[in-house]
Amino acid sequence: MHPTDTSKPDHFHKVVDCQWACPAHTPVPEYIRLIAAGRYADAYMVNWHSNVFPGILGRTCDRPCEPACRRVRVETNNGNEAESVAICRLKRVAADHKGDIQARLPQRAAANGRRVACVGAGPASLTVARDLAHLGYQVSVFDRDPKAGGFMRTQVPRFRLPEEVIDEEIGYILGLGIQFHGGTPISSLRRLLSDGFDAIFVGSGAPRGRDLDLPGRREAAARIHIGIDWLASVSFGHVTSIGKRVIVLGGGNTAMDCCRSARRLGGTAVKVIVRSGYDEMKASPWEKEDAQHEGIPILNYLVPVEFEHEKGRLMAVRFRKVRPELDDRGARRLVPSGEPDQRIECDEAIIAVGQENSFPWIERDLGLAFDDGGLPVLDTATLQSSLPNVFFGGDAAFGPKNIIWAVAHGHEAAISMDRWMRGEDVRLRPPPRVHMTSQKMGIHEWSYDNDISPEPRRKVPWAAAELALKSIRVEVELGFDGSNAWKEAQRCLNCDVQTVFKRELCIECDACTDICPMDCITFTTNGDEADLRRQLRAPALNVRQDLYVSDSLRTGRVMVKDEDVCLHCGLCAERCPTGAWDMQKFLLELSRAAPDRESVEAGREIR
Amino acid sequence: MTWIAKPRLHHPTLARNSLGYTRRDYEGKVSTLCAGCGHDSISAAIVQAFWLMDIAPHRVAKLSGIGCSSKTPDYFLGPAHGFNTVHGRMPSVLTGANLANRSLIYLGVSGDGDSASIGLGQFAHAIRRGVDMTYIVENNGVYGLTKGQFSATADPGSVSKKGVANTDGPLDLVGLALLLGASFVARGFAGDKAQLVPLVQAAISHKGSAIIDVISPCIAFNNHAGSTKSYDYVREHNEAVNQLDLVPSRNEITVDYAAGETVELAQHDGTFLRLHKLREDYDPHDRIGAMNYLHEHQARGEVVTGLLYVDPAAQDLHAGLETVETPLNLLSEAELCPGAAVLEHINSSLR
Ligand SMILES: Cc1cc2nc3c(=O)[nH]c(=O)nc-3n(C[C@H](O)[C@H](O)[C@H](O)COP(=O)(O)OP(=O)(O)OC[C@H]3O[C@@H](n4cnc5c(N)ncnc54)[C@H](O)[C@@H]3O)c2cc1C
Ligand SMILES: Cc1ncc(C[n+]2csc(CCOP(=O)(O)OP(=O)(O)O)c2C)c(N)n1
Ligand code: SF4
Ligand code: SF4
Ligand code: SF4
Ligand SMILES: [Mg+2]
Repeated sequence: MHPTDTSKPDHFHKVVDCQWACPAHTPVPEYIRLIAAGRYADAYMVNWHSNVFPGILGRTCDRPCEPACRRVRVETNNGNEAESVAICRLKRVAADHKGDIQARLPQRAAANGRRVACVGAGPASLTVARDLAHLGYQVSVFDRDPKAGGFMRTQVPRFRLPEEVIDEEIGYILGLGIQFHGGTPISSLRRLLSDGFDAIFVGSGAPRGRDLDLPGRREAAARIHIGIDWLASVSFGHVTSIGKRVIVLGGGNTAMDCCRSARRLGGTAVKVIVRSGYDEMKASPWEKEDAQHEGIPILNYLVPVEFEHEKGRLMAVRFRKVRPELDDRGARRLVPSGEPDQRIECDEAIIAVGQENSFPWIERDLGLAFDDGGLPVLDTATLQSSLPNVFFGGDAAFGPKNIIWAVAHGHEAAISMDRWMRGEDVRLRPPPRVHMTSQKMGIHEWSYDNDISPEPRRKVPWAAAELALKSIRVEVELGFDGSNAWKEAQRCLNCDVQTVFKRELCIECDACTDICPMDCITFTTNGDEADLRRQLRAPALNVRQDLYVSDSLRTGRVMVKDEDVCLHCGLCAERCPTGAWDMQKFLLELSRAAPDRESVEAGREIR
Repeated sequence: MTWIAKPRLHHPTLARNSLGYTRRDYEGKVSTLCAGCGHDSISAAIVQAFWLMDIAPHRVAKLSGIGCSSKTPDYFLGPAHGFNTVHGRMPSVLTGANLANRSLIYLGVSGDGDSASIGLGQFAHAIRRGVDMTYIVENNGVYGLTKGQFSATADPGSVSKKGVANTDGPLDLVGLALLLGASFVARGFAGDKAQLVPLVQAAISHKGSAIIDVISPCIAFNNHAGSTKSYDYVREHNEAVNQLDLVPSRNEITVDYAAGETVELAQHDGTFLRLHKLREDYDPHDRIGAMNYLHEHQARGEVVTGLLYVDPAAQDLHAGLETVETPLNLLSEAELCPGAAVLEHINSSLR
């Protein structure tokens, strides 16, 4: 293999699994260390710059970082159940304990004379607005709802996300001098274009809930609801109760929010009924567990076929029983099991089987191209549409995702819009900022805590079930206190503190190989990647993790490090007599639309 | 040394031997030696060898003298029996222990100072008596623990860290061991575990006195230019005569060598040493030839490594003394004090 090029950020960035997996590339270990040090406000600001909504995301994020977390791989076959660091809930700790951070927010910049419109006030638009407002752009955000927040406000139920948290974090953004126009549906892009905005961002989400066109649906409509519409009505206070026996159809996160909300509005016998098997359900594992924890059964392999009603009054839902079968190509499909249909009685039913995009307000003769699926045709990196001054992001761009993706899109779109309005090439992206800092303080002293905690993952305490189910406004999870947060933070392996190898210094004494608890380091003859992966001290079977390969050493061999399960304990560097290994903190901040746009020319070319 | 304990976590695919132990179960405490010390590399080779041989750590007795090298038994085989004796006296304590209980596996660990200076007499007699042991000398050419004075194995002309050349003649432990009748003699290098681990395995499975002189660079006092025991010097002058494999049975193929180049030697424990010749003219069964070869190459400044001599049919001390098989601590009172009649019988046989 060729020696690893560590002058490009990707190798070390990938080692920080959580940061690499985070769509907004939040420097996770950096904020976890700050939490461990009790510097909650600093930890909050690290998050705020990257993901804009630390308090909201610390409660609701889909957390792609956690399945990616190295701690899971490291704990595999080591006794305890292998579990990630509670990255998401630590984020909430920063938000809960930070105190007043108002003074740390960016200053409002002098107006630069350019105007931007954002359609929708969800997380995507708000991120664009934040990134552009402090550069001096005059940003107007339009939403048909009276308050800003998008689905974070209207869909995510209050028992998961209190209103104060939303108000606070949206307040920080709107406080940057953004004009928010609530209760203002945009009904024509043509008209908006003619209002003279220099650029327009569409962050209108995926607002339409899928329906089930089954017999009885129309007749019993009064007691059958579309999930996201019903949740919005609950959120606005238009709906405050529901029948005792409720059936929720669907297996995604929306279904989980519907059933748990119904449980709090008077539903005593709430059931979730899903076509697929339990494991194939779209909902995150923890969402399913939380619902079951509240006494909501999940029934699988039942396909609804009819809403049974008496004179328009919903009586039951009839289901066809199915079972999974593997077809010739090995794909799973559901086939009728042949058993008689199952009839489940209920007072109300909620349909939560997916969302769709819809852009009724965008005229199709403006030159803005849509694909066959009804989604705008976009440059996936710049988020620019075929109308060069119109950009998309969040659920409106590629269909329903989640908040953190909406934020990530918002950052990228803001960069594109800024460059577009300055007349610069949108496809040339500013590079991320990377700092490498040696952590060495003494022969075996480091400026990070290199001891490895053997503790299992901490559980977040919950409000008592009777209390939590009494009102939809009682938050279920209570968050970590300081001492539990510290213990959980200690589980983080500091994957950003990189093992950096200097070939010229190595005398091939084997000390690093011998001390390494995880058998990461091998000195061997070079070969192609497949060869090398096999001949290491521990075969490197996880191909998603890269090998770190040096140039030839004095004996002609190379150093190969499998980054997969490195603990970042620094023992290799402590035992190295020559300082050929050093532990260096790799801090990568994605570039944002920002005034200091130096070195854009050396920027990341879109691949 | 390091402040933190080595984490117990291990690689998720770390293999277990037939006893169910991982290699990590054969480790000891974290080393307190200087970072990069050759001795640590030897400890790692010992860990690897015992793990590979499926020997339960508590069936081993590790004994040592005084010196950095003699400290190392603390860093491997944590659950083994151990005795850190006085300077140079490891061989007699080991001999005594072996006489009292031959059911354990004896590993002596020493340094060039410990064995070639103060303990030279002890070294000689343990070998001469054929004590069944693996005796590893971690040879760095200096007294590491007392800050780097030349030891008796330092080559004339070798330069100290301060720039002073050694003027005394060297003691060659491999040559001495051959002369004294050791039935297994090898030399290894701490910087080459691929060679060292099978040598340690073979020594453990050998019945009789097995001596391995391991050149082990002292990173603090003897790894500079001008030293003849540095990583660089040994790598440049290493003359390996063969490469060894210890295989459980004759049919086991581990490495494919061209026909005619390998020799297989049955060990007393049923395993086989498979020897791959790197030097056509080298015969490890010829004690006198080995001595000559060594001297010739030494004169050319080469460091000869590999399995230098082995007598697979060797006998140990117990055979000559006709001692009882059972460890002494397991003998009953009746066996130990067989009564006046037996005593009378013995006495009369001596009159
Ligand atoms: C029930 C439910 C629960 C969810 N829970 C989570 C969760 O826990 N974690 C998570 O990460 N994600 C969750 N999601 C997904 C997440 O809410 C969305 O992915 C995210 O909010 C998308 O952000 P956005 O900025 O693209 O748009 P949205 O948040 O959807 O906001 C779009 C806004 O645009 C407005 N709008 C639309 N059209 C117009 C128009 N023509 N004129 C004016 N305004 C308009 C809408 O009123 C809305 O306020 C959930 C979704 C649902 C349905
Ligand atoms: C009876 C006695 N004399 C002298 C010493 C001082 N002393 C301690 S270690 C040592 C030499 C050790 O050299 P070596 O065996 O080569 O071990 P190394 O530290 O080089 O591995 C000496 C002379 C001692 N401890 N006891
Ligand atoms: S251990 Fe810490 S730094 Fe490593 S992936 Fe997990 S959270 Fe990120
Ligand atoms: S930091 Fe070094 S010693 Fe520790 S696990 Fe990683 S490679 Fe091994
Ligand atoms: S400890 Fe240092 S000098 Fe020794 S092999 Fe490892 S990197 Fe090279
Ligand atoms: Mg010595």
